[in-house]
Amino acid sequence: MLIFILRRMAQSLLVLLVVGLVAFAMFRFVGDPIDNMLGQERTMEDIERLRDQLGLNEPFVVQYWNFLTNAVQGNFGISYRQGRPVAEIIAERLPATLELAAVSGAMAVIFGIGLGVFTAIRRNGFAAHAIMTISLIGVSLPTFLIGILLIYLFSVTLGWLPSFGRGEVVDLGGWTTGFLTSSGLKALILPSITLGLYQLTLIMRLVRAEMLEVLRQDYIRFARARGLKDRAINFRHALKNTLVPVITITGLQIGSIIAFAIITETVFQWPGVGLLFINAVQFVDIPVMAAYLMMISVMFVTINLIVDLLYFTIDPRLRADRGGSN
Amino acid sequence: MKLTSTLLAATALTSMVAMSANAETIRWARAGDSLTLDPHAQNEGPTHTLSHQIYEPLIIRDTSGAFQAALATDWAPSADDPNVWVFNLREGVTFHNGNAFTAEDVVFSINRAKSDDSNMKELLNSIVEVRAAGDYTVEFVTNGPNPILSANLTNLFMMDKDWTEENDTVKVQDTDGGEVTFATTNAMGTGPYQLVSREPDVRTVLSAYDGYWGKDMFPLDVTEIIYTPIQNAATRVAALLSGEVDFIQDVPVQDLERVASTDGLTVKTAPQNRVIFFGMNQGADDIEADNIEGANPLADVRVRRAMNMAINRDAIQQVVMRGQSQPAGMIAPPFVNGWTAEMDAESMTDIETAKSLMEEAGYGEGFSLRLDCPNDRYINDEAICQATVGMLAQIGVTVNLDAKPKAQHFPLITNGQTDFYMLGWGVPTYDSEYVFNFLVHGREESIGTWNNTGYDNDALDAMIVSLASNTDLDARNADIAAIWREVQDQQIYLPVHHQVLNWGMSDAVGTEVSPEDDPKFKFFTMN
Amino acid sequence: MERLARVWNSDLGWSFRHSPMALTAGIVVLILVLAALFAPLVAPHDPFNPASLNLMNGFSQPMEPNAFTGDVFLLGTDDQGRDVFSTILYGMRISLFVGFSAVLLAMVLGITLGLIAGYVGGWVETIIMRIADIQLTFPAILVAMLIFGIAKGVTPVEYRDQMAIWVLILAIGLSDWVQFARVVRGATLVEKSKEYVAAAKMIGRRPGIIMLRHILPNVMGPVLVIATISLALAIIAEATLSFLGVGAPPTQPSLGTLIRIGQDYIFSGEWWILFFPAATLLTLALSVNLLGDWLRDALNPRLK
Repeated sequence: MLIFILRRMAQSLLVLLVVGLVAFAMFRFVGDPIDNMLGQERTMEDIERLRDQLGLNEPFVVQYWNFLTNAVQGNFGISYRQGRPVAEIIAERLPATLELAAVSGAMAVIFGIGLGVFTAIRRNGFAAHAIMTISLIGVSLPTFLIGILLIYLFSVTLGWLPSFGRGEVVDLGGWTTGFLTSSGLKALILPSITLGLYQLTLIMRLVRAEMLEVLRQDYIRFARARGLKDRAINFRHALKNTLVPVITITGLQIGSIIAFAIITETVFQWPGVGLLFINAVQFVDIPVMAAYLMMISVMFVTINLIVDLLYFTIDPRLRADRGGSN
Repeated sequence: MKLTSTLLAATALTSMVAMSANAETIRWARAGDSLTLDPHAQNEGPTHTLSHQIYEPLIIRDTSGAFQAALATDWAPSADDPNVWVFNLREGVTFHNGNAFTAEDVVFSINRAKSDDSNMKELLNSIVEVRAAGDYTVEFVTNGPNPILSANLTNLFMMDKDWTEENDTVKVQDTDGGEVTFATTNAMGTGPYQLVSREPDVRTVLSAYDGYWGKDMFPLDVTEIIYTPIQNAATRVAALLSGEVDFIQDVPVQDLERVASTDGLTVKTAPQNRVIFFGMNQGADDIEADNIEGANPLADVRVRRAMNMAINRDAIQQVVMRGQSQPAGMIAPPFVNGWTAEMDAESMTDIETAKSLMEEAGYGEGFSLRLDCPNDRYINDEAICQATVGMLAQIGVTVNLDAKPKAQHFPLITNGQTDFYMLGWGVPTYDSEYVFNFLVHGREESIGTWNNTGYDNDALDAMIVSLASNTDLDARNADIAAIWREVQDQQIYLPVHHQVLNWGMSDAVGTEVSPEDDPKFKFFTMN
Repeated sequence: MERLARVWNSDLGWSFRHSPMALTAGIVVLILVLAALFAPLVAPHDPFNPASLNLMNGFSQPMEPNAFTGDVFLLGTDDQGRDVFSTILYGMRISLFVGFSAVLLAMVLGITLGLIAGYVGGWVETIIMRIADIQLTFPAILVAMLIFGIAKGVTPVEYRDQMAIWVLILAIGLSDWVQFARVVRGATLVEKSKEYVAAAKMIGRRPGIIMLRHILPNVMGPVLVIATISLALAIIAEATLSFLGVGAPPTQPSLGTLIRIGQDYIFSGEWWILFFPAATLLTLALSVNLLGDWLRDALNPRLK
């Protein structure tokens, strides 16, 4: 067990290093920050001086090495765009993204499981078919369009919900939260629907498929033959057995929630790390881009590790299979 | 019981009315945020706009672009020495911390803005020395007579020497990644508003400064400013339409009608100090972006003229810009000294003549060319380029459009890697010399830096350089006219249009649009 | 083998014929694909030929003569005076081409690596599945953005505008192979232990042949399901990349680029510039998804 964890951690570290290398190889193609940083009156001499100062004349491997050695000491550099420490900026922005991801994730899980169970039990009913079809609409339009349409309907036409930002936030010692004010809660609604719709559909379909699978298993038939109530069968036995794959997939989906947050945050001007990243890309703010990519790789590698460990403990049969290879 | 509650309600009502008379909050949104609070760290529009509320320069421009006294009350060249400008300062001005504003602060601020790390230093190149001549008089010594020095000072903000030194923030910025300077996130100016809170990219709150020197001179109806950048254009418009903000800049042209026709909202427009044009590499013997081997079609002035005639500026104005632009025939905005209506009308669409010019130049069969275009910098930049592709196709020039973010576009111009490109130019000094210095003079280390056309004319260069110290304004203007004539005749650039600015606002907000796109809220009225 | 395929096909065919949903979706997809394929014959204009465009036709309403030119367009025109109907047909062509090619790329890559990983095992498997893990944890959109950035950077500047489509295919395809690889590897592990593989090994068949001829056909079911859903996802992903400014070039717009352009006009009253491309994308993606749904149920015999 310990060896397994250690080996996985070593592999994860390697992953991080590779991700960083790829990222730094890419930055030069995103553009050149110099023209963004200097005004239109800049001279060729200014350009050279700034390039030297920022180390942009170095090969990307050297730039990467410098970033790494500083990052190990906890120094992620200064944002080219804002002139403030990157670590501080990310710490400011992270709560917004995490709260959005949490709400949309919770929404996706609750409604996804509920609707999934419903459509599985009423497999041939009209409502189930309707839900299955309608849910596909949510994954057949790009996220940004869904966001804009929601704004058009609920902010501009009906005037019910805010179109941008987080509303009033309360600062709890470095963590800003929108959960404690009514405007903060209202502001969460549209972005979390936009962000969660895709996951909701995915989870719903997964739960339905797993439920259908389980419901035709022998032990469910026995239970039914024993005269257990449908409700008890559906929830106590069937749903319970569908949850393991659902949890796994949901865990892996956290990654795509954070990624699609980039688009949702851009549409709703949600002040999280996704918007920060898009701004950084537009400005070619290399320290922020690098730190963001490293941060989410750490996050995802950790999630992956946890999911694997869960597997390991929940289902010992997997050990032989997964230990070496996965 | 009933009486009491009515009374209470009445009191509440009166106090609310009283509140609204005293406290007018304006919720303001635009596409981007200020990059830093340090007034000398960035020479960039949104950054200056926020600084203008907190800090003040010696001179500002009003909404018509004319000079207005701010921290200086009057200014003139010295009677004794043509190389010296004398500025008399306003007395009784205090910074938000109560410190008095004096000549010492001016000397300190100018020297700070001239330091290596400042992005404002190029505007102050001609200044050799700044010295205090008494508490409220400052002398600027220039390296030769500089008739337009004052035009370079309108975005040059004054800082409190004591505050800056106490907080150890004399150095402008530290881009090589050491520490953060205090002035990046804190501000101490003499301006009408003081900083209450700021989360960059999220929300900045300013409130009126009680000790402001201009209390009786300006409306100052706005007592609180809440500034939130909203990047996505559709979301920004939605926020105005739904009443979540009171005032937005950068209204997309297609949404002006919708905003204007919405109850309680108004749109105001004004010509902007920015001209949009295409540059062509005419200096090289052969260029890489075309399909002609061993020759450069753009080196032939007939080809450049033909391309100029192929562009239908009226169609671009009507369709792409929805009337929100002014077709241009020269690459200077109308505010600029040296601009003439005649030259600005010189670009006429004439496909037949254009085709025969192409024939004459030996390119009757046409050629192909790559156009580099930004897609996130100017109003509808990508759509203008697309329309141009169609228009140039009419005279046989097949254009491959490569539209990309500004961070990839501008380096191409800086590094001379593009042969046909879009560029926009604003003239903060309101004088043609600025245009010539950057766009017409041959490219050198510190002059002609944005001239990527390869056009390099030594005689013209000498004339351009001499403008800087020519104090005989008539002779200087004659030179400017002569240089423009050459620029026009050689068709160095293909002008497209002058941009028009749009501000959308609630009916309660009263302001004119400033050509620099920098609202100064002390001028706003609220009712 | 062939007979098996025929039976399998006819079984599937029966299920297809008896599912009204699948039948409708199939017909819709067929019509759209044909329309896109024969766009030059169907479309009244060629929106990709800039010389044929008249800017003054811009923003024409559907079925109403243009105020300046008097021309009438079935679904109106966009900001460049392009006929929306023709542009949708040509745009769908690009979207479908990008979608199909990207899925094909992902499929070939995923199947190959999945088969190898599952069959060979050992350190080869560790490396392949580790890479898959890395990529799975990395959001597809981010991976696509990274690949797009690098590919655009290494392409010589003069080929960039022609390369954009291929770069998109590469970006979406490379970000999507992991699912295929995981499924194929899983199925391969199961199949590998079965007698017929052992038998094939025993009679001396080469591993390559065993993988392709024996194992692959048995994992094609789930692969097809993933491929169908991936097609819909790839088309949407292209639209999303376009929103982030890394999509098809504006002079040769895909459906996604059209929607990105159209959303600028959501408040201004020119609804047709957004509505028709969005409706087309919705119909296309929805039909493909419904087909995928049906395919999954049909291929899962236990659900019948």
